[in-house]
Amino acid sequence: MRVDLSVDLCGVRLRTPVLAASGCFGFGREMAGWVDLATLGGVVTKSVSLEPRRGRPTPRTAETPSGMLNAIGLQNPGVEAFCAGDLRFLADAGATVVASLVGRSPEEFGRLAARLAGEPAVALVEVNLSCPNVEHRGEVFATDPAAAAAAVRAVKRATATPVLAKLTADVTDLVAVARAVTDAGADGLTLINTLLGMAVDTTARRPRLAAVTGGLSGPAIRPVAVRCVWQVAQALPGVPIVGTGGIVSADDAAEFLLVGATAVAVGTGNFINPRAVVEVADGLERYLAAAGVTSPAELPALFKAER
Amino acid sequence: MTPVRELCEVLERRRVGAYHALTLLAPRIAGQARPGQFVHLLAGEDRSFPLRRPFSIHRAERPGGSGGPPGWSPGGMGGSGGPGPALGTVEVVFDVVGAGTGALSRLRPHDVVDALGPLGRPFTPPETPTGCVLVGGGYGTAPLYFLATELRLRRCRVDFVIGAASAGRLLDAMEAKRLGHSLTLTTDDGSAGRRGLVTDPLGDLLPRTGAGQVYACGPMPMLAAVSRAAAAAGVPCQVAVEEQMACGTGICFSCVLPVGPGAPTRMARSCLEGPVFDGAAIAWAELGFPELEPTA
Repeated sequence: MRVDLSVDLCGVRLRTPVLAASGCFGFGREMAGWVDLATLGGVVTKSVSLEPRRGRPTPRTAETPSGMLNAIGLQNPGVEAFCAGDLRFLADAGATVVASLVGRSPEEFGRLAARLAGEPAVALVEVNLSCPNVEHRGEVFATDPAAAAAAVRAVKRATATPVLAKLTADVTDLVAVARAVTDAGADGLTLINTLLGMAVDTTARRPRLAAVTGGLSGPAIRPVAVRCVWQVAQALPGVPIVGTGGIVSADDAAEFLLVGATAVAVGTGNFINPRAVVEVADGLERYLAAAGVTSPAELPALFKAER
Repeated sequence: MTPVRELCEVLERRRVGAYHALTLLAPRIAGQARPGQFVHLLAGEDRSFPLRRPFSIHRAERPGGSGGPPGWSPGGMGGSGGPGPALGTVEVVFDVVGAGTGALSRLRPHDVVDALGPLGRPFTPPETPTGCVLVGGGYGTAPLYFLATELRLRRCRVDFVIGAASAGRLLDAMEAKRLGHSLTLTTDDGSAGRRGLVTDPLGDLLPRTGAGQVYACGPMPMLAAVSRAAAAAGVPCQVAVEEQMACGTGICFSCVLPVGPGAPTRMARSCLEGPVFDGAAIAWAELGFPELEPTA
C-alpha cells in the first residue's frame, strides 16, 4: 500500500498537502538553496501589492512564549517587480505558486488579480484579507463579512485562477465571514492569519515592536487555528481549507488534516528549520502509512469527533 | 558557497571575561566560513522560546587543513591547536541576555547544537595589502580576530581599537595584542585603556597608520560613529551590523535597515545583504544618527 501525498486543492493538483505559508518563505527564491522548490506542495508568496511597500520600522519581531510577534508591514517590491523577478524564478524552479495579494480596497484587489491573471505560473491566488499590520483596522477586510466579500468579488471578476481567501480568527463569528467570502465566489479558505498581539519591554517600559502591536504566530496559536478549521469545516462542508498556524511537525499538520483541512501551510516553522516544509511532508507520509491510509484526503474520515 | 544545517557537537564552552565562548564541531560550516559571516544556533530541548540566535563567527578552523574558500587564504585560524589534522570547528562568543543565550550558556561538551551557517555576506578583503584598522565594541569584537588572521596572511597591517563599558567586558584583548601591529583599548569608565569611546582614537590613528580600510563590529551607535570618522578621514569602512533577526535566511524581513545610495532608501535584509555593509551606504540618519547621509 503506497502513500500518495498529492491532494486536489480547488482543482489544482499539489504534490503534497504541505505548502509554505505567506510571509514566512519570502518570495521563495531565498529558499532555493535549502529545499527543492519543485517538491513542495506549493509556495504561497509574501503578499504583493500594486506599488512597492517599504514596511514598518524596526524592531519588527519579538519572540514570545512558543511563538513570536511580527509587524513587518507587508514589505514587498510591488506586483510588477514580483512578476518580472520572483515569479519567473519560481516558475523556472518548477514551484507550484500561490500568489498572495494585498490591497487597500476591492478595486486594488481587482487590479492585482487582473495583472496576475495573465501569468500562467500562478496556480492559485490567495487574497490576504487579514494582515493585522496595516495602517488602519479598516484594511483588515476579514473583520467584516461585507467588506471581505466585496474584495473577493473584485478578485473573482478579474481572474479565472482559483481563489483562496485568507481569514483572521480575530472575529466574533468566523463562520459568518467564511460564508460571506465563499458566497462571493472564493474557491477555498486559508485559516488563519496571525492573531493581533502586543508585548511590553518592562525594563525600557515601552512596546517591544516599533509598530506597538503585531501578529502572533507559532505553536502558541495552533489550538486556535485547529479550532477555526474545525468550526468552518463543520459549517461549510465541501469548501477546501488550507490550515495554518503553528505547524512545526508532521503531527501538527495531521491535527489540521484530521479536522477537515485539505492542505496545510507551514509559517513560522520555516524560520526555525529552513527544511520544515519538506520534513513535515515526509513525516506525514509516515503518519498516513501508520494510519493505514494512502491519501491525506482519507484522514477526516478517521477523525472521531466525540471523545 | 551554500549554507548548511549542521548538528554540531559541543567541544568546549568556557568563560572569556564577562562572556561565554562556545566551540562547535562543525566541519561543513567551518570549511567555508569567512570572516564577518554568522551562524544561527538552536540549543536544548525546550522550545518555549522557539527562535534561533545569530552569532558572528569568532574563529573557524577548517577541517583537515584543506584549502579555504576563494578570496581568502587557506588554513584558517589555529583555534583548538594541538597535533593532527584539524577537525573543523567554529567558535562563537556571546553574552547571556535572555532565555536563548541562557540555554547556550548551560551547554556542556558532547551536547548537540543545531546550527545554520555560514550565513550572510562576509567582510571583503583589500585587493592589495594595505593598512587596516579594526574597531570592535564589547562582544562585537568577536569576528575581528578571524578577520585579523586572514588580513595578516594577506600581508596587511592590522591596528586594533577595542572598547567596552568596562575592563571585564573587553573581549580577549591579549588575542588582539598578538594578532595586531598595535592595540588601543578604551573603556567607558576608564577601568582599562583610555577612558572614552572607540571612536576617540580614530581621528589620530587613521592618518598616522595611513590606513586604507576600516572594519568595525559592535552596537549601532558605535558603527554610526566609526563610519562617520572613517568618512571624515576619507577611508572606506565596512561595518558588521547587529540587527534583531528571526530566520537568518532572508524570509522573515525582520533584520532590515535602510541603505542608499540616495533617497528613497530601501530596506535591506542584514541576513542576506549583510551583516557586513559599506558604512557609507547605510542611511544612519533614518536610524536616528543624523550626521551621516548615505553616499555610496
